[in-house]
Amino acid sequence: MGKLAVRESPDSFPFDSREGVSLYRLMRIIRRCEEPLNRIYREGKIGGYLHLYIGQEAIAAGLIPLLRSDDYLLSAYRDHGHAIARGVDPKRIIAELYGRVTGCSRGKGGSMHIYDTGRNFLGGYGIVGGVVPLAVGVGFAIKYRGGDQICVCFFGDGAMNQGAVHEALNMASLFKVPCLFVLENNGYAMGTAVERHSAVTDFIQRVSYGYGIASERVDGMDLVEVREVAERAIAYIRKRSAPYFIEAECYRYAGHGFSDTAQQQKTYRSDEEIERWKQRDPIEIFGRRLREIGALSSSDEEEIDAEARRIADEAIDYAENSPEPPMDELYEHVFTEAG
Amino acid sequence: MLNVKYGEAIRLAMIEEMERDPNVFICGEEVGQYQGTFRVTQGMLERFGSSRVVDTPISEAAIVGLVTGAAMAGLRPIAEMMTFSFALVAMDQIVNHTAKISYMSGGQVKVPVVIRGPAGTGNQLSAQHSQSLESWYSHIPGLKVVMPATPNDAKGLLKSAIRDDNPVIFMEHAGLYGMRGEVNEDPEYLVPFGQAHIMREGSDVTIVSYSHMLNTCHRAADQIAQEQNINCEVIDLRTLVPLDVETIIRSVRKTHRVVVAHEEARNTGFGAELSARIYELAFDDLDSPIERVAGPDVPMPYAKNLERAAIPHDDDVIAAIKRVVNLA
Ligand SMILES: Cc1ncc(C[n+]2csc(CCOP(=O)(O)OP(=O)(O)O)c2C)c(N)n1
Ligand SMILES: [Mg+2]
Repeated sequence: MGKLAVRESPDSFPFDSREGVSLYRLMRIIRRCEEPLNRIYREGKIGGYLHLYIGQEAIAAGLIPLLRSDDYLLSAYRDHGHAIARGVDPKRIIAELYGRVTGCSRGKGGSMHIYDTGRNFLGGYGIVGGVVPLAVGVGFAIKYRGGDQICVCFFGDGAMNQGAVHEALNMASLFKVPCLFVLENNGYAMGTAVERHSAVTDFIQRVSYGYGIASERVDGMDLVEVREVAERAIAYIRKRSAPYFIEAECYRYAGHGFSDTAQQQKTYRSDEEIERWKQRDPIEIFGRRLREIGALSSSDEEEIDAEARRIADEAIDYAENSPEPPMDELYEHVFTEAG
Repeated sequence: MLNVKYGEAIRLAMIEEMERDPNVFICGEEVGQYQGTFRVTQGMLERFGSSRVVDTPISEAAIVGLVTGAAMAGLRPIAEMMTFSFALVAMDQIVNHTAKISYMSGGQVKVPVVIRGPAGTGNQLSAQHSQSLESWYSHIPGLKVVMPATPNDAKGLLKSAIRDDNPVIFMEHAGLYGMRGEVNEDPEYLVPFGQAHIMREGSDVTIVSYSHMLNTCHRAADQIAQEQNINCEVIDLRTLVPLDVETIIRSVRKTHRVVVAHEEARNTGFGAELSARIYELAFDDLDSPIERVAGPDVPMPYAKNLERAAIPHDDDVIAAIKRVVNLA
């Protein structure tokens, strides 16, 4: 990894500066909510698999707030950031990680399976690539009913080698479903670098030539760029009812999951590489932009950060003080009650 | 004898067989450079090189197809599934291809592959990553199904699996990887398929189980022996296909009471097959109905308290023992 060129900033700030500050705030909240999670995991209060989004925040924050409330979202197992950006209450997300009944999936899903139908957030999925066919189905339903919503689906570079993903991309194009596929290319599928898992690492080519889907690559560390591309993609999908594919180049700072320790990561990446990417931190980059146009002072920044920490603390507090699911929950929801 | 962990025993088996036979190789996700998701293949890339320890993309269907094709052309591959939950993506290859090629070809083509990796429940991995589906594989004619419970069996059975000319589903248990035990060092020491192991002799109740659940059964047997002076015979099946019916029936004729126990869900779980076989062959020997201990018929929940209730524990086995001896 590391082939990403540092791009020139667009000359003018492309959107309202108040909006900009709110997106900055969103990135901060996502990060502050995730930072304590590995520690909490170590304390034994979170179990299962835990995949952090830290480093990739500009993608969720650049794209998701552009959606309408009736649009749909689906994600893989690295789903906290997408959920927070969609407005899912961090309290209910952290409570889910704690396995509490107040969690957004009643404590039955855990970190990888965040759902909030109230926000059309149709879940996080743990089987690599498994979410992509589902998204095509959601897109199909939108079209079937003649709606003008879109369905956004997030997944990783590793998913590009699952057969189901390719079957689904072909169908999406064939049936012209209003889906926005967002490939978050963080350079690795677990410990396997993109170059070691894909014969053709140009995913845009694979998808545009392979399936005839409009495709675009973006610097996923730069919120302004993400937003620009996302705006274009969303407008395209709504207008034509056809799919669009975005590859966002990014980097995950943490290990793949909790058990991918710093020591373990040495089998596939160096500390220098991690440090190099941190130099292009999405929150820093965007903060700098906002400061340049005078939209963010250092006291604003402190205030926003304090607020983000408060939100994270309150969410943890809420989770700590929430009850476990009652035991009869074990048999509930295996089937949906008739009616 | 060597004292090693279950995961190390599996590695030893692979290393010995790869040294013995140049046609044996292993492929799978993170088996090489990453040193194995559960460290089972640690050091093997350095030892055998990347032509025999092959890192693959996350493409389970193609992995199983690849090893099956390679076996058809004369190699003896091992495919590692990062976990058996991901083998579901490869189910068509396994069921419609790997398992049936010997039969469909009228015996012309053999498929000596081993598909191995961790299966089973636990660790709050929740619905998509925590499940036990051994009865699925056992249902497919043409597949052998192996579920070792100890380091020594893991090594001996895996070596048999690699040398077997048929497809073998080799289901390890992540909860056992750290288990220590004495392991036979002899590179020609094999544990044959279809021979159950009586792990503990007893005269009052026969407990039939396999894999990780045996630990639970042992604790239950200890406790009930102490508290009620009931002596359980604990049988480790080792292989579900082929199934050692004889050892089970012999024990039933002695104890007249049976508990079958497994992690996988109750509905059409392997316990149903075991119970049916015992009823067919030893109905008149039974003094009470067979008790099945199994997971409840629910997807695995995440929350700790619910997960605990979704995996059979000591108390469940003890309660079943009490019921078969009419104490409950
Ligand atoms: C079908 C399947 N195989 C293997 C796994 C184990 N696994 C979980 S995440 C992962 C890596 C996926 O990488 P990528 O798609 O790039 O997403 P990222 O984790 O980088 O966000 C693997 C191998 C799985 N969950 N599903
Ligand atoms: Mg990735």
